[in-house]
Amino acid sequence: MSGYNFAYLDESTKRMIRRAILKAVAIPGHQVPFGSREMPLPYGWGTGGIQVTAAILGPADVLKVIDQGSDDTTNAVSIRAFFRRTAGIATTESTAEASIIQTRHRIPERALREDQILVYQVPIPEPLGRLEPRIAETRRMHAMADYGLMHVKLYEDIARHGHIATSYSYPVMVNGRYLMSPSPIPAFDNPKMDRMPALQLFGAGREKRIYAVPPYTSVKSLDFDDHPFRPIRAPHACELCGSRDTYLDEVLTDDVGGRIFVCSDTDFCAERQAMKEAAE
Amino acid sequence: MNHSLVTEGLSKVFRLFLQGDVRIPVLDNVDFSVAPGECVALTGPSGAGKSTLMRCLYGNYGAGAGRILIRHRGAMVDLAAADPRLVREIRQETLGYVSQFLRVIPRIGARDIVAEPLRARGVPAEAAQARASELLTRLNLPARLHNLPPATFSGGEQQRINLARGFAADYPVLLLDEPTASLDPVNRQVVVALMAEAKARGAALIGIFHDTEIRDQVADRLFEVLPIQDAA
Amino acid sequence: MNAPLLTARDLTLRFGRIAALDGVDLEIHPGEVVAIVGESGSGKTTLLRVLSGLMRPDGGEVSYLGQDVLGMSEAARRRLMRTEWGFVHQNPRDGLRMAVSAGGNIGERLMATGARHYGNIREQASHWLTRVEIDPARMDEVPAKFSGGMQQRLQIARTLVTLPKLVFMDEPTGGLDVSVQARLLDLIRALVADLGLAVLIVTHDIAAARLLAHRMLVMRHGVVVESGLTDRVLDDPQHPYTQLLVSSVLAA
Repeated sequence: MSGYNFAYLDESTKRMIRRAILKAVAIPGHQVPFGSREMPLPYGWGTGGIQVTAAILGPADVLKVIDQGSDDTTNAVSIRAFFRRTAGIATTESTAEASIIQTRHRIPERALREDQILVYQVPIPEPLGRLEPRIAETRRMHAMADYGLMHVKLYEDIARHGHIATSYSYPVMVNGRYLMSPSPIPAFDNPKMDRMPALQLFGAGREKRIYAVPPYTSVKSLDFDDHPFRPIRAPHACELCGSRDTYLDEVLTDDVGGRIFVCSDTDFCAERQAMKEAAE
Repeated sequence: MNHSLVTEGLSKVFRLFLQGDVRIPVLDNVDFSVAPGECVALTGPSGAGKSTLMRCLYGNYGAGAGRILIRHRGAMVDLAAADPRLVREIRQETLGYVSQFLRVIPRIGARDIVAEPLRARGVPAEAAQARASELLTRLNLPARLHNLPPATFSGGEQQRINLARGFAADYPVLLLDEPTASLDPVNRQVVVALMAEAKARGAALIGIFHDTEIRDQVADRLFEVLPIQDAA
Repeated sequence: MNAPLLTARDLTLRFGRIAALDGVDLEIHPGEVVAIVGESGSGKTTLLRVLSGLMRPDGGEVSYLGQDVLGMSEAARRRLMRTEWGFVHQNPRDGLRMAVSAGGNIGERLMATGARHYGNIREQASHWLTRVEIDPARMDEVPAKFSGGMQQRLQIARTLVTLPKLVFMDEPTGGLDVSVQARLLDLIRALVADLGLAVLIVTHDIAAARLLAHRMLVMRHGVVVESGLTDRVLDDPQHPYTQLLVSSVLAA
């Protein structure tokens, strides 16, 4: 661990990021610019999330990292190893044991607690970007809470597909004020954000933005009265644990069309399998 | 006197800047009046300013000097000094004008053109159109033409639409510029009857009539407009 | 008579040595259609931009129903712009979202003001397409597939859907074929009369002004040289420039 400051970033950078985080917590859903640093991994691999994690990490923390719900993919394994080596902290694959969970594209199935922090890796923080390419104009729209355009997008979805076809990065209103991209989590996870006891922090490294949802803050998915928001999951049971209320991944088992559905949250699935075995 | 319309010292000089600021005086100190139920015919040689006077009375030409008092909502109002919104209101409620030529509005059918002044006063569409149809029928315009835009109609047909539009709204003061010029004898008599009815309900009529026979049938009085001799 | 909707007093604006607005006064009342005419460069489009709060003048005042337009916050101005005001641009591309369907274009102002019922929004969009003579069956097509005239009619529907009190129009028939212009003018005329809109329309088309406007302002070099009842200004013009303008067009 010699040659590195604790958790890789120097202390003044961490202070700068913490200030951004404090401001983000004070203005739920508002994107706060920060001086994103070069990290020893490419943009798109979670540089924003890692900097947020590095800024809030203490020696007593226990870190869990998931990528698409899984603890054992390259990205998750690498980031855990990174913080083990640069901060010497303990890591875990168990949601219940973790004090900080850094995630890419999922929220764990197990309900989070007040003493936990969820750090999202965010590729594109601006929910209006696809509809309004001028950044100055999107900032003005946030400032004025002028969000009709976001509903136009959902309107177009229904007009084209008969239903809201947005299945991830589904836009939300935070605390009734700011429109926010929840990062590319499945729309299925959106309801978990609403009034979550844990602090939720979002870091976008390339776009240099941090935003936050404080504990117990209202997070509402946009919808229409006659086309209400519906969290969508594959209509199957998990092949491994039998769960019917978790988000499932489709896994191809051979090259002749064989496929199974399994929980995307590997920790949750493993726990349920263990419980089932213990019961038998 | 309880007049419907009075002019006092009405004068009009045209200044033509494009012709080197030529000044053409047309009306000089015209004092004129018309009472309710009366029809006054403007006479005088061609070019004497009959049409200019008529257009001044409608507010289409601005008065150079003098006053044009018109009884509007029970009081005498100076049309020469009225702001544009008051002129619009007077034209909507009090003062009608049948010009020699119909200004065609693209795509609007004859009946709607006739009903428009009533609609502008807030008369419901059905009632306004019924009144329009009645007048068009009375002026012998075949029902099959009522829905068509009159752009392609003959001069006589267009004039009958103009007349129907002028008589539809029962204006207290009605200006008529050659109302029978391109009409056949039958329709001329319809117009004479319409004018008589208007007088009977108390309207003041001011007209220019080339046709002296018609003029003598409807006019109670003649008012001679004289050309100004010392032009420019 | 009733109070004016919009009042402007002594507006001045210079671009370097050129006076774009030079002491302009203006009032527009509810239900009144006012045309601003003049040749290119006379300052008429600048005036429209200043009155609608898009551009700040060097001096003068603009008030809308007693509110100071130039001093109001941008949030308040934008709220006006999506509720009680409308702006119809010369180029429909500036007023439409070209990648969004016709229905979405019309629905945007409704959604921006809180409409959250998809079915009702569709119904309104269909109603307004019919009013501007576009087949409602084409509601889900993007405007890029429409002709220029249709795009302009769509822009008008998109603007009128919230029933604004005051609509600014900048050369609405400018880029269109003559045959298409006539239809659009007539449509605007009918809608304005039916809805009792106040309209401030900038145009260099004298015939369009005669057809639509109750009142007219003639502008030259940033100055209003003549104003009044439309038919009087056109038939009995008093200013040399107005006489030139009127004599330059075929029977308007």
